Amino acid sequence: MQITIHEIVFFILAAVIIGCSVLAVTTRRILRSATYLLFVLFATAGIYFYLSYSFLGAVQLTVYAGGIIVLYVFSILLTSADNRRVEKFLLGRFFAGLVAALAGAAICVYLTVTHSFGPTYPLGGELPMSIIGEALMGTGKYQYLLPFEVISILLLACIVGGILIARKR
Amino acid sequence: MEIKMEYYLVISTIMLFAGIYGFITRRNLLAVLISVELMLNSVDINFVVFNRFLFPGEMEGFFFALFAIGVSAAETAVAIAIIINIYRNIRDIQVRHLDRMKH
Repeated sequence: MQITIHEIVFFILAAVIIGCSVLAVTTRRILRSATYLLFVLFATAGIYFYLSYSFLGAVQLTVYAGGIIVLYVFSILLTSADNRRVEKFLLGRFFAGLVAALAGAAICVYLTVTHSFGPTYPLGGELPMSIIGEALMGTGKYQYLLPFEVISILLLACIVGGILIARKR
Repeated sequence: MEIKMEYYLVISTIMLFAGIYGFITRRNLLAVLISVELMLNSVDINFVVFNRFLFPGEMEGFFFALFAIGVSAAETAVAIAIIINIYRNIRDIQVRHLDRMKH
């Protein structure tokens, strides 16, 4: 069994995702939780690069790791000024969450491993940027101008809503 | 050895259920939001992996993941605006104290 550097990279990414996503929900301190979420998002971008979807990986890095995490860190710092205490530990809630998560994960992993997905194709090359751009800006079949415009309206509504909700009265 | 498609799906499943565990157990609103973020991210991985391994000639999963990233960014921004507004009103963002907003 030969392990190449390609596979080592994949297993490092997998270990970072699994370890940091479990740590992000088990640590009691909220700022550490956000930091572990940042590592999970970085490793997810790494998975996208690994699958040679570089554009999606770049979007993940800029929008998630660059934008959302900054938003989280600032809102954590804004809202935890006077309650610096660690969250209390509730045994009943802990067991409910643990049982739900473990049972669900066991069922889903079992189904995923035993299900046959049919023929899978080997990893192809990079998706060219010109093809992505034409598909994003076209109005024909399998082209995505309408969702693009809809999401721009959604973002505009979010800007207006965010300002309206969060401004000082 | 070969990296099969199931490996990616197992990773994203573990990430999804870590998010569900956090959603049930955490009581800080921002921690709940972080758990939701984990769940959304794991589903994005699934879209991309199905697109890459089962239908490499098409781009539906790719674009769905792209738009899902945008939608979840918008959702996070509005949720954080709401949380900051709640904090401004009742000086607390623990979930069990939020019923004070009724009175």
